Amino acid sequence: MTSATAPARDRAPARDVAGLGVGRALGFVAPAMLLIGAFLVFPALWTIYIGITNYRLTGVEAVSPSIVGLSNYTKALNDALFHNALWLTLLFVLGSAIIGQNILGFTLAWVLRRTRPVVRRTVEAFTLLAWILPSTVVAYLWVAFFDRDGGTLNGILGTPGTAWLIDYPMACLVVFNTWRGTAFSMMLYSSALQAVPPSQLESARMVGASGWQTLRDIVFPHIRGHVLTNTLLISLWTANDFSPFLLTKGGPNHESETVPVYIYNVALQGGELGYSSAISFLLLIANLLVSLVYLRLLRRRS
Amino acid sequence: MAGIDIEGLATVYPNGVRAVDGLDLHVADGEFFALLGPSGCGKTTLLRTIAGLEPASEGTVRIDATDVTRTEPGKRGVAMVFQDYALFPHMSVSENITYPLKVRRVAAATRADVASRTAGELSLDGLLERKPGQLSGGQQQRVALARAIASEGKVLLLDEPLSNLDARLRLEARTFLKKLQRDLGITTVFVTHDQAEALALADRIAVMDSGKLRQLGSPREVFARPANTFVANFIGSTPMNLLPGKVTTDGAVTVAGGSLPATTSSTPTDAEVTVGIRPEYLTLSTGDVAGPALRGEVVVAENLGTQSLVSVDCAGTLIGVTVPEETEPSPGTPVVLTAPASRVLLYTQDTGELLTSTDRTVGARS
Amino acid sequence: MRPAYVVRRIGFYVLICAITLFFAVPMLWIASAPFDASPGLGVHWPDWTLENVRKTLDHPYAMHSMVNSLLICVTTAVAVTAFAALASYALSRVRIPGRDALLYGLLLLSSVVTGTAAMVPIFVMMYQLGLIDSRFGVALVMTGGLLPAAIFILKDFVDAVPKSYEESARVFGASTGQILRDVVLPVARPGLATIMVWAFVNSWGNFLVPFLLIRSIEKQPGAVLMQTLTDEGGSVNLQVLPVFSLLFSIPVVVLYLLVNSRYGFRFHGGIKS
Repeated sequence: MTSATAPARDRAPARDVAGLGVGRALGFVAPAMLLIGAFLVFPALWTIYIGITNYRLTGVEAVSPSIVGLSNYTKALNDALFHNALWLTLLFVLGSAIIGQNILGFTLAWVLRRTRPVVRRTVEAFTLLAWILPSTVVAYLWVAFFDRDGGTLNGILGTPGTAWLIDYPMACLVVFNTWRGTAFSMMLYSSALQAVPPSQLESARMVGASGWQTLRDIVFPHIRGHVLTNTLLISLWTANDFSPFLLTKGGPNHESETVPVYIYNVALQGGELGYSSAISFLLLIANLLVSLVYLRLLRRRS
Repeated sequence: MAGIDIEGLATVYPNGVRAVDGLDLHVADGEFFALLGPSGCGKTTLLRTIAGLEPASEGTVRIDATDVTRTEPGKRGVAMVFQDYALFPHMSVSENITYPLKVRRVAAATRADVASRTAGELSLDGLLERKPGQLSGGQQQRVALARAIASEGKVLLLDEPLSNLDARLRLEARTFLKKLQRDLGITTVFVTHDQAEALALADRIAVMDSGKLRQLGSPREVFARPANTFVANFIGSTPMNLLPGKVTTDGAVTVAGGSLPATTSSTPTDAEVTVGIRPEYLTLSTGDVAGPALRGEVVVAENLGTQSLVSVDCAGTLIGVTVPEETEPSPGTPVVLTAPASRVLLYTQDTGELLTSTDRTVGARS
Repeated sequence: MRPAYVVRRIGFYVLICAITLFFAVPMLWIASAPFDASPGLGVHWPDWTLENVRKTLDHPYAMHSMVNSLLICVTTAVAVTAFAALASYALSRVRIPGRDALLYGLLLLSSVVTGTAAMVPIFVMMYQLGLIDSRFGVALVMTGGLLPAAIFILKDFVDAVPKSYEESARVFGASTGQILRDVVLPVARPGLATIMVWAFVNSWGNFLVPFLLIRSIEKQPGAVLMQTLTDEGGSVNLQVLPVFSLLFSIPVVVLYLLVNSRYGFRFHGGIKS
């Protein structure tokens, strides 16, 4: 396709609608590409290099780091704390994204579909508010909610003195992230549900299908692609979410240290830039794999 | 005022499709010229190539005897009305109409004069301060025309000018457009897929298919004497009967179990041909007649208003014929169909080209 | 049939109420605590006062950090909008060689290179460039991070604008500059406004980038200052933090409502950094 354009390109007038021409068009694209190249592509590629060095924040290796080959990666293989971070990230993604946001989001979309507009708008407003508020504010709200001494949760449950964030840190994070991110799944599923032909739902009602049968036989086949893509997307976001740091900083004793928090703690608290880069690179690869599958699914759907 | 000359024009898309494929065309000064064809036939590409919006791959375009093949669209002296009108939504009607003048840095006072004068000509008085979004479809179309006229191009190009209007409004706008073109006397080329629109408006019609010209002629010529079966199929609100036939003796063809008179001087006896005859040119009678005729039985009659389209089964072939209102025979009636030889057209069976092209009994070339 | 129906309706509303409470209860605190004379971390009916607001306005860094946030986010939003507008227009209208590959690459980038995955190299790079503790550096990094998604959203928008606008201006003799200024820019304004708000809101809530790159408290934007104050603890902060949380949330909510009412736009999925 690109080679076929070649003979026509040198002709005046320019082929595009505003007469911009390829030269000026490249000029239009260049500033954005330079910024993306410098602050997104270059850092991503640089992780590969830093990841094979023993670069440190302070000390001798900060001045003259040396290449250590794949030893950072072999270290990761045997690092119990890294395994712990992987396991916690898996729990976090499974609990808050794949189960929490997905199911709550779909339930909301399905239930609110035919309620009165007042009810729908009220519920939507609260879920959207949870989604758009700045993450530091949201984190602080939940720190207060879970607080040992005066927290609202202890007030509701009548369990004064329970330090939720210390006793059950991962459970708290799962609830927090479900609360935070459900709006996205809800919006995605409500637009997906609008694409289910009403005539098919009515036909199901005519033959006397129950609500559950309708969901399983009519609705789900229509939105299967949306469920898959939505799950991939929110899983990717959740796995990369830094908000757990704002609630627990990974503690107590690494009990809520997901991979992003672990990277931060290793890099800036421990100063091991080389090792943390190796782990970052693994996260990048995981992101890349999920994104490739996601884009392939998206393309197949359209 | 200016004519348009097109020679050997081809427009090839990057994917290799020859949207316009070696076209020669002359549009006379002041002519109202239609480009007609099914969607994808290249008519819009041809119009856009004349405007300069698509680069010509081969051949030349001349406007007013000046070669503009490589000229920027804005410097060709053409004005164009787009199918969606392309009225700028953020500008008022007055700003829209005078935008071509603003581009040329014409003084604001002059622009205001032009706006009110052109708006007057197109019955847009009182709408000058509105935004396009506040206008009806018909008003938007007239604003687009007003903008094109205000730009004082030598040639006016219209891309499906009536297709965005609803059916009732379209007839009104058609009359308006024809009168406007007559009054202005501006060379106008318009694109349409609607054969009735082309027949009603144009001085001459170019029928296109697959980037090629299939027939060029007056509305009467393309209707009465389609140059090939493609045009025969495309033109006319009731489809032309196209039937396999065989030339028998001089002056007749056998078709559908009977025979019809035809001008067969250029065709050898026993030649296999496609016989074309419009339902409007067949005569239906219930008694017997002398000479070549088709005999059959009425199947159904469809009411078309002032006429009825009667389908007649002639030896297993359905043939359409129109009859005046209230004279349609009831189904089952045995009938006889006749036609004058000048209305019976013979086409080759392989290429579908008209065989009786030397015969000029109908219509005169303008 | 009827009792079953009643039970179903009751169950339905209990479910809706439970979900609404789940979302609403943690938020109640931000509505009550700022105006409570004895603020605590739990929700209770406040003993109304504006003392906390006064304390917050007098706080040496609170309002200052709002200005920092504003500086960083306005710079980011303007840069993202300007560069994304240019790039998306060219990518939508001109057949640049390799365009499809470029678009696919951008789409991948916007989800693969997240703030957390790139924080180490970004920190090292900015450290070596001497851009640590620079608000401009923070804006640069945020701009780079938001641009791919912004280009995508805007390109979708430009693709939906009929090309006949530009073509008709071109037939009437307008130059490329005139077409861009008189036609494209006004027609694209809703899209540009949307993307500007989107970039602003995203950078306003971004914690990680300024947390990594800003050291001195007087340069911290609101998102980081909140964390600093939380870490300090103490009763003073129980007076300041609730009010500050509320103030810090207002721009985001107002912008959201504005865009939502003007353009009926629901926040794009996009990237959350």
